[in-house]
Amino acid sequence: MALAAPTSSGRFGEFGGRYVPETLVPACQELEEAFREAWADPLFRAELDGLLADYAGRPSPLTECHRLSAELGVRVLLKREDLNHTGSHKINNVLGQGLLARRMGKKRLVAETGAGQHGVASATVAALLGMECMVYMGEVDIERQALNVFRMRLLGAEVVPAMSGSRTLKDAVNEAMRDWVATVETTHYCLGSVMGPHPYPWMVREFHTVIGLEAREQCEALLDGGVPDIVTACVGGGSNAIGIFSGFADTDAELVGVEPAGGAAVGRGVPGVVHGMKSYLMQDEFGQVQEAHSISAGLDYPGVGPEHSHLASIGRATYEQVTDAEVIEAFQLLSRTEGIIPALEPAHALAWISRDRAKLAGKTVLLNMSGRGDKDVGQMMEILG
Amino acid sequence: MSPSALDEGLAIPDAPTEYGTLEAALRSSRDAGRKLLVPYVTGGLGDDWADIVRAVADAGADAIEIGVPFSDPVMDGPIIQEASELALRSGATPVTIFDELRTIDAGVPIAVMTYYNLAFHMGHERFAQSLAAAGVSAAILPDLPLEEVGPWATAADAAGVETVLLAAPTAPDERLPRVVARSRGFVYAVGLLGVTGERDALASSSLVIAKRLKAITDKPVLVGVGISNAKQAVEICAEADGVVIGSALMRRVLEGVGAAGAGAFIAEIRAALDAG
Repeated sequence: MALAAPTSSGRFGEFGGRYVPETLVPACQELEEAFREAWADPLFRAELDGLLADYAGRPSPLTECHRLSAELGVRVLLKREDLNHTGSHKINNVLGQGLLARRMGKKRLVAETGAGQHGVASATVAALLGMECMVYMGEVDIERQALNVFRMRLLGAEVVPAMSGSRTLKDAVNEAMRDWVATVETTHYCLGSVMGPHPYPWMVREFHTVIGLEAREQCEALLDGGVPDIVTACVGGGSNAIGIFSGFADTDAELVGVEPAGGAAVGRGVPGVVHGMKSYLMQDEFGQVQEAHSISAGLDYPGVGPEHSHLASIGRATYEQVTDAEVIEAFQLLSRTEGIIPALEPAHALAWISRDRAKLAGKTVLLNMSGRGDKDVGQMMEILG
Repeated sequence: MSPSALDEGLAIPDAPTEYGTLEAALRSSRDAGRKLLVPYVTGGLGDDWADIVRAVADAGADAIEIGVPFSDPVMDGPIIQEASELALRSGATPVTIFDELRTIDAGVPIAVMTYYNLAFHMGHERFAQSLAAAGVSAAILPDLPLEEVGPWATAADAAGVETVLLAAPTAPDERLPRVVARSRGFVYAVGLLGVTGERDALASSSLVIAKRLKAITDKPVLVGVGISNAKQAVEICAEADGVVIGSALMRRVLEGVGAAGAGAFIAEIRAALDAG
């Protein structure tokens, strides 16, 4: 394994841990135990692999971007998680957690969602496995991601607006945790990123390592046994980034996470504790969590998964920031040059490549195309007029 | 299931055997046959929160919990969330609340309830010393469970601040004694599966958790979360040593009953508890 397992208390270096209300401690312990058993069980792995292949459509291809590369002077390869069933990498994690929840005898899933991709994936798996599903989504996000809200409802999930605070992803996590505190005996909290209390950051990473493992093989085939110079991905909570990083952590490839300037936990935060974990967190001088502001609902989050904080603090990965304006440009650039409309989230990683193209000239960059842009077309139509 | 081993630096220090101010006061009242009543007041909410603290003290509180508002109160339901948000919006910070607490002479011990990040951000030692300097006896940090409490408890113990731990209905039998052993001041029994807030009826789980705790400790056992009125307080005190009343009081405060109304509500519960 290229990325190490956390310590027994769920830490990556000084980050992580399990800062949850006492009511949830036994549930987190039970989940950790169940995950350890399932992950070591060949039958569980075979069932998950089967669903990843036959239901989600894995392996996802690696696409070389010839026209984009010519325009930027940087050789860009895309790991096509946007081609998975439900349109993003999120399906990898929810298939794993759904099977695990069923194995634990839980009948109901709760989930938080920002852009709606994790909500849609959770609702999909709940439908597939015959489970109840409730998705908490910030009121602001419900407005800007109406299409995904409709999808979730169509799939049989109940979508509940989170009305407190910034009414975005952070508050959706709060509401999902409050739900779980009340329903923990029957419900599995299907957390959507490599964040939250132990074992989530580790478990969700493990479910996404398939991205990195596939990409490593595909790159070696394409690059004559070599690896890209740089592996990059957008970072909100950071699950797609950890997934692709995991395949290259033991190589010389530079790992670059790209955060929105308005929600840059690593870039602008200091260590703090919220949502069950210790990690970099945007907060005020007293430790109140600040509201993030990003064009992308999926990255509109003031925290980040603890392993990213660790990778940043030991210097194994670096974290860049891009503005909304740069993202809008990148969104159009990829659409125009490659015929691929990206989700606003991975458009962040492309925005960084495009902005820093002079510095990256001649390099080979692998970008995790974590989701497709259909969900963002309505919002972009308004912005671009 | 065996508890996870702890990493270096997370070791949980044994709780000091000496009682702190809060535990001494609660034990002495309890041992004199009195049922314990601890109202919760959101610090920094409105201009009159200090008056409300004094009013509930005068109405017969045995100690008072002061909520220091946090941006993301995951253990709290809509009422405390609203109170916290209003207080934050009006500029309340841990510093302004501690400053004001220093000037309130409530005559009963004060416990601060807040979320761990405020202590972590200020620094454990500094936060603990700020509490002590403000005359606060104890701290309740609902998102800091036993396994994570070590670094904070070390600083709090040194500053003479009692750390109250929560005991939940979901805890297996092997876990409760370890929670109880580390809890100081009292043991905060979580009455139900859920966040703070009023409920129509007393949850049967609150009687069960109180009974389980009373069977293993002589520390005061107070039940909070979901205790909504005098009748429910009396009911739960058949098993517990006392109650924490939060949302039911803060709903009235948010409705504008003022210090007099808050005092009257707590006096009503006091009278019911005294009458048994």
